[in-house]
Amino acid sequence: MIEGAAHRFGDNIDTDQLAPGRYMKGAISELARHCLETEDPGFAGRVRPGDVIVAGENFGAGSSREQAAAVLMKLGIGAVLARSFARIFFRNALNLGLPVLVCPTAGEIADGTRLMVDPILGQATEMAGGRRHDCEPLPAHLMAMVQDGGLLPHLEKTLRKSPHG
Amino acid sequence: MAGPSTLAERLIARAAGRSVVSAGEIVTCRVDLAMMHDSGGPRRVKPMLERLGAQVWDPSRVAVVSDHYVPATDAESTAILDLTRTWASAHGIAHVFDSEGICHVVLPERGLVRPGMFIVGGDSHSPTGGAFGAFMVGIGATEMLGVLVKGEIWIKVPRTLLLSWHGCLEAGVTAKDMMLRLCSTLGQTAVNYRAVEFAGEAVAALPMAERMTLCNMTAELGAKAGLIAPDAITLRHLQEAGAPLEAADIAPWQTDLAADYEQRLSYDAAALSPQVAAPHTPANAGPVGDYAGVAIGRAYIGACTGAKLDDLRMAAEVLRGRRIAAGTRLVVAPASIRIQRQAEADGTLAALIEAGAELLATGCGACAGFGSALLEEGEVCISSTARNFKGRMGAASARIFLGSPYTVAAAAVAGHIIDPRELLS
Repeated sequence: MIEGAAHRFGDNIDTDQLAPGRYMKGAISELARHCLETEDPGFAGRVRPGDVIVAGENFGAGSSREQAAAVLMKLGIGAVLARSFARIFFRNALNLGLPVLVCPTAGEIADGTRLMVDPILGQATEMAGGRRHDCEPLPAHLMAMVQDGGLLPHLEKTLRKSPHG
Repeated sequence: MAGPSTLAERLIARAAGRSVVSAGEIVTCRVDLAMMHDSGGPRRVKPMLERLGAQVWDPSRVAVVSDHYVPATDAESTAILDLTRTWASAHGIAHVFDSEGICHVVLPERGLVRPGMFIVGGDSHSPTGGAFGAFMVGIGATEMLGVLVKGEIWIKVPRTLLLSWHGCLEAGVTAKDMMLRLCSTLGQTAVNYRAVEFAGEAVAALPMAERMTLCNMTAELGAKAGLIAPDAITLRHLQEAGAPLEAADIAPWQTDLAADYEQRLSYDAAALSPQVAAPHTPANAGPVGDYAGVAIGRAYIGACTGAKLDDLRMAAEVLRGRRIAAGTRLVVAPASIRIQRQAEADGTLAALIEAGAELLATGCGACAGFGSALLEEGEVCISSTARNFKGRMGAASARIFLGSPYTVAAAAVAGHIIDPRELLS
């Protein structure tokens, strides 16, 4: 279960906003300090572990750079709820073990709302008032990977089971 | 009974070892070729492979291209390039291209992208390969790890939009203009998760480089793949690139108009004017006339989608015998070394340089905000690249317009955005 405050963004948040090219050479921790600074200069400094991004359409548009998802995890973001995701970002996030949930009502969650998110059930609940936001469930094979913590631990587990598979 | 299949469905079925697949199914595909570059490639997958104690499934099916951090500008980029070289050599990677050009251009140059193949690329502009009738899809680094270990990847079979361009493009109107028009009419999300299949006589008339631009920028629509059925133009390219003979079997990869397309949209190529995208998305595009007079300080001819030989020739057509406007900076980075040599040999490069262009080393550099020649605070740039996201090419306060190489060159001459046809005889 993920618990934290909602940080609200609009449509088409792109990978250059999430992980700006000119900081891509360095460590993830340095890149993370610049995450979304063109949208909201104080964002990286305000995020607390477990916080949740709520966004509109096409979150993660653009580049295939996995750092766009990695910086959110580095900052402690527990989940991203959006009306839709760009396809490479969506796969990258799940491969890293960051729950990304398609949530048709994400746009109705106000900035700062305290949320409880259950990625397994695909539900986000507003802690004050109890309003529930239902998200599209992930296919079982993806859920298994996210529960293992991403593709790398998932591969570790499966390779251990069948080292020559 | 399944009806006729889209090109994407047939390509995925082959890679999945199935006779037929349907949109919406999740299938596992064998990968014919996996392409990585220096930014998202070895430096990201090496520690993960080591943690798994795993080997590359088939080094003969892997390509590593150093194009993002070239040329090295500091200790960090030098270290990234060293790591890339060392890793590729240690794993016996068959196809290694170091500082020879941009991955999406270098692979087809060497005949590595062929009709019928299923290819993954560690870069979002990987749909470029669809111009050759290959299913080529962009993925991230951990996903690439999975491919390197297993030689396969799961994929949800996409629905396909058929985009037909009829008629004939006017002189001075290009594939970039077609794409910017599609970006503005379809938007950034309408094609998300879908495949795009291009058809119609205007597409059939395009040379390979222009077809690559078309497929490349389906990424800006959110597409999983952009596809064009291979034909005589494709075959000629493959032959010149030294591709093996079995690549000549293009019959299974033709467009079947009776297939189950999600949508069929038609466009009139003859009615298309040069297009310009305003900041900060390619979807914010309109006819060049809408932006006429916007003063620019920087013009950039570069990237996989804007600096192939045909792109450089378009720019030269405008610039030959002219000078760029005072106070304007025109920067050119050819998309590959081979292209640069061809442009030197046929006088294209001389025309650009005599007009006042500065030549940058080949690579992704300025387009992706890597390396030198980044945009300064408040600078206004017009670029032949694919993306104008806020802050992408440098300072967040910079404004980036996108246009064809004709339009970028014309703006450099005028010092402001103009219809390039005014400068073409």
